[in-house]
Parts: sequence; C-alpha cells; structure tokens
Amino acid sequence: MASSLADPLLRVENLVRSFGGIKATDNLSLDVAPGELHAIIGPNGAGKTTLISQLTGQLMPNSGTVQFAGRDVTRLPSYQRSRLGLARSFQITCLLPDFTAADNVALAAQAHDGHSFRFWGSARKEKPLRDAAQAALTRVGLAKRADVRVSELSHGEQRELELAVALATKPKLLLLDEPMAGLGVTESARMVALLKELRKEVTIVLVEHDMEAVFALADRITVLVYGRVIASGDPDAIRNNEEVKRAYLGDQHAVTSHG
Amino acid sequence: MKFQINVRNVVVALTVLGLLLLPVYSTLSGNAFILTLFTRFVIFALAAASLNLIMGYGGMMSFGHAAYLGIGGYAVGILAFEGIGSGFIQWPIALAASALYALVIGALSLRTRGVYFIMITLAFAQMAYYIASGMSRYGGDDGLTIYKRSTFGGLIDLSNRVQFYYLCLGCLFGGIYLIWRIINSRFGMVVQGVRSNEQRMQAIGYHANRYRLVCFVISGTICGLAGALLANNTDFISPATMYWTRSGELMVMVVFGGMGSLFGPVLGTIVFLLLEELLSQFTEYWALIMGPLLLLIVLFARGGIMGLLGRFGRG
Repeated sequence: MASSLADPLLRVENLVRSFGGIKATDNLSLDVAPGELHAIIGPNGAGKTTLISQLTGQLMPNSGTVQFAGRDVTRLPSYQRSRLGLARSFQITCLLPDFTAADNVALAAQAHDGHSFRFWGSARKEKPLRDAAQAALTRVGLAKRADVRVSELSHGEQRELELAVALATKPKLLLLDEPMAGLGVTESARMVALLKELRKEVTIVLVEHDMEAVFALADRITVLVYGRVIASGDPDAIRNNEEVKRAYLGDQHAVTSHG
Repeated sequence: MKFQINVRNVVVALTVLGLLLLPVYSTLSGNAFILTLFTRFVIFALAAASLNLIMGYGGMMSFGHAAYLGIGGYAVGILAFEGIGSGFIQWPIALAASALYALVIGALSLRTRGVYFIMITLAFAQMAYYIASGMSRYGGDDGLTIYKRSTFGGLIDLSNRVQFYYLCLGCLFGGIYLIWRIINSRFGMVVQGVRSNEQRMQAIGYHANRYRLVCFVISGTICGLAGALLANNTDFISPATMYWTRSGELMVMVVFGGMGSLFGPVLGTIVFLLLEELLSQFTEYWALIMGPLLLLIVLFARGGIMGLLGRFGRG
C-alpha cells in the first residue's frame, strides 16, 4: 500500500492511539494527494472518528506523525491547524445553537480574516464577513435560511450548515465525518451532488457509512478495521478486495451491489 | 440599532429616566436617604453588569467577583491612608490592580470548567479576603476608615451627594455602553461563540481561552471601578466586602435580572437590594422570603426579570 505520490497534502505515518488496552488507531499510515477525494470506510468501531480527531488535533496520538502541506502538525492544537487550512465537519452536528446560520458561518470567516481582538465596531456590520457567510450559505443551498437560529433548523439543514462553516474557513483540506448521517434519501442525494461540486475545488477526506455515496464520489478508498488499514486503492480495487469483503461480511451486499 | 416599543424597552427606559431624575426628587422632597440608597444600588448594578459580561455572555460562572470590589476599594483606602488622596492616582491603580488580579486568577482558573471553575474562583476570592484580614496596618478584620474621599482637582466633589450619585450613574451607563459595544464586536462574538460551543470555535480556528481570559480581565476591571466607587460611598473598606456571600449576592442579582441581557443586572440589582431593604424592615429573616423567590425565578423564569418582561410583551 505504499503510496507513489510525491507530494501529498496530508501524510499520516505510523499513527498510534490507544484507550486503555484498546488500540483505536494501530500503526496507521495514509496519504492524501492534493485534489483527490479520499474516502475512509470501515465497520463501526474501526476508529474512523478517532482518526479524524487526531488529524484535526482534538485528540493527540500516542505516537506517529501527521504532516499537512509539508509541515509536521502532530502536536499542533486544533485552532492552529484550522489556520493552516484544515477544516472539519462533525459526525454529531457541532454548531453554535443560539446563533443564526449566518452568524455561524460569519464567525468561521472571521477566524480567518485578521485577528478578533477588536472590541468596538459591530461584527455583524462587517460587510466582507457577511458576504463571505452569504456566499458559503448559497453554496450549500441555505441562502434563504441565513437569519434562522441554528436550533430552529432541520437536521438536514444543520448538516449543510456544518459544511458551509467548514467552507468559510477557506480550507485546503476538508475532513468530513459522516456528512450523510441521519439524512433522508432526498437530502442525501443533495449532499452527494454538493460534494461532487466541492471536490473540484478542495481536497476532501470523507468518512462515510453510506456506501453508495462513497463509491459514487471517491477517487481512492482506505478501509479501516480495528484501527488498521486493511486496504487502500481506487473504488474498483476495493470492491474486489477479498479482505474487505470479509471485514464487511454483514455489509457485503452493500459493498458489492452498488457503484 | 432598531428600537422597538415593547414592555421590556419601556421598563428599561422608565428605569433609566427614574435613575436620572432621582436627585431631583430627592432634593424637592428633602428625602436624602433615598439618594444614598440608590447610590449604593447603582454601584452594585455596575458590579453586577460586569459579572454579567463573563457569566451571561461568556458562560464563566465566577463565584469570586466580590474580590474586585475589595481590591478596588482597598486601592482607594490604602492610598488615602498613605496620604495619596488624588483620584487620578487612586482610581487608575484600583483598575490596574483589579485587572492584574483578574489576569492571574483567570490564567489559572480558566484551565478548568464548570464546577471546578466556580470553586477555584471562590477559593481565590477567599484568599483575597484572608489577606485583607491579615493587613494589620490597614485595619485587618476591622477594616479601614477612609477619612477623605478621592479628589479630582476640583472637577467633581465626591462629598457632594448629588455629584457623587451622578458620577456613579455615569460609570454605570458608561460601563453598560462599553459592554454593549464589546458584545457586538468581533471579540464579543467570539466570546459568545465559545460559550455556545467551545469545541466548534476551536475547530474553526479560535484559541478559546485567550478570548475568555481577556473577557475575564475586562469584567474584573469594571468591577474594580465599582469597588473604588463603593469605598468612596461608604468611606470605609473592610474584608467583608470580599466575603463569598457578597460574590453570591452579585450572582443572584445577575440571575434575578436576567443573565445575558444588557440591562438585566441593573433591574436585578435594584429589585434585589430594594427587596432586601424592605423585607429587612419587617423581619430579620428576610432571606427566608428571598430564597424561595430566587428559586421561583430560576425554576419558572430562566431569563430573570428581563425574560419575564419579554414574555409579557409577546403574550
């Protein structure tokens, strides 16, 4: 599974993270090339979210390294990684519930537009921030819901807002943790269409349970089982990989019948 | 800002008007007591408003806010005792000392969250209380009498009841205006964002604790000003000013008025202190009535008085 890529945007080497006796990430290595949509799949408990959290800095690995855009970010806190262009969306919606949709996105834009130790002028009147927010909301189809409080948005809209917030940080790499989680059929289809658009502009790491979506979108797929990479390759290679089929015994139908 | 006519805003406007006109009433009616009473209310309202900045907007439940009242007060008292009577020296030192204390306490206690944060801020305030009790040169337990109020080179006479009242009121309105600007600024948006969801704010690139700390220091500094006013008002400062029950009262004033509403702490303070004043005339067990009242507010009116008024307006 050695990568032939010369200059990956993200390089993970020999990452280990254990909780008690359980190795949630077990000597994991992974490369993500600029411009690709790299999906990470695996059965429940394979350590996908643990991996994402280590990539964004919410969780520190026990050993191993994470390099992003040629820089070692292994020990960098999450707010600094965000500044370098690493954005994430959360599996369980993680927004500012008592703010409007526009405020949520504007705050993300603000974090990447100069400093925020400004105490006097009204932030809501800063046109560049509001414009950036509106643009990101339009992107995900939420333009009309800009002034609605997050707690009043539907689940599907909140998932889209997660994406808009991530986009507003102008990321080089977007880490999406199950963006389809809990979405209905039409909402899922909309999300897939949206991701198809986004992948033209930004490198994406996608963790997803929806196999149909994964095989429709991914350039490359990495399969995790018990924190280890058991296979990595293009969708066709993964579909025909025996080890992957075994790991997904319960879900085998899902792997083989779609795409 | 759009100004709508609703119950809440009418009450706020009437309160502001009432506070502005109070000295007129006091002079015409010859009731000097009410002015003295409200001077104290206004000073505590400033302290409560400063606490509201971190509690209501920043989500930081500081249980040691009375320490700043003491620090601001002692700065004035000690300097006066040592023969430095100018407010131009006393007050900046009162503010700087409060800011410094907030910086140190904040840097240490903001590593914790929730109950631990409440406990650690309480512990530090109690420490300040015992330090003040131990300062035998400055009266120790008995406190320090301030024989001469701060002087401002003839600009304003703090011994004049009306002038002093207007100074306190000016500080209160100025403080609230400052807080209003802050909460709507970039900085204030970040602080409120961190209260709402810290993990999210970190993920989009904010070093949450840095903003919390600065907010904590601003709040402490404003409360230090209230302390300087309080010492001048009572001509006296003692460790009791910093006692933990005083911190608790400040929290109650904020909750009474409505956490996270700009003007709530002012109403909360006035209602709380007025009730205390009235009830204590009837019975020394006034806390027996105040306690259940607070309970009712917490249980049925989460937004405090401001929340109730808001609901009233809609219904």
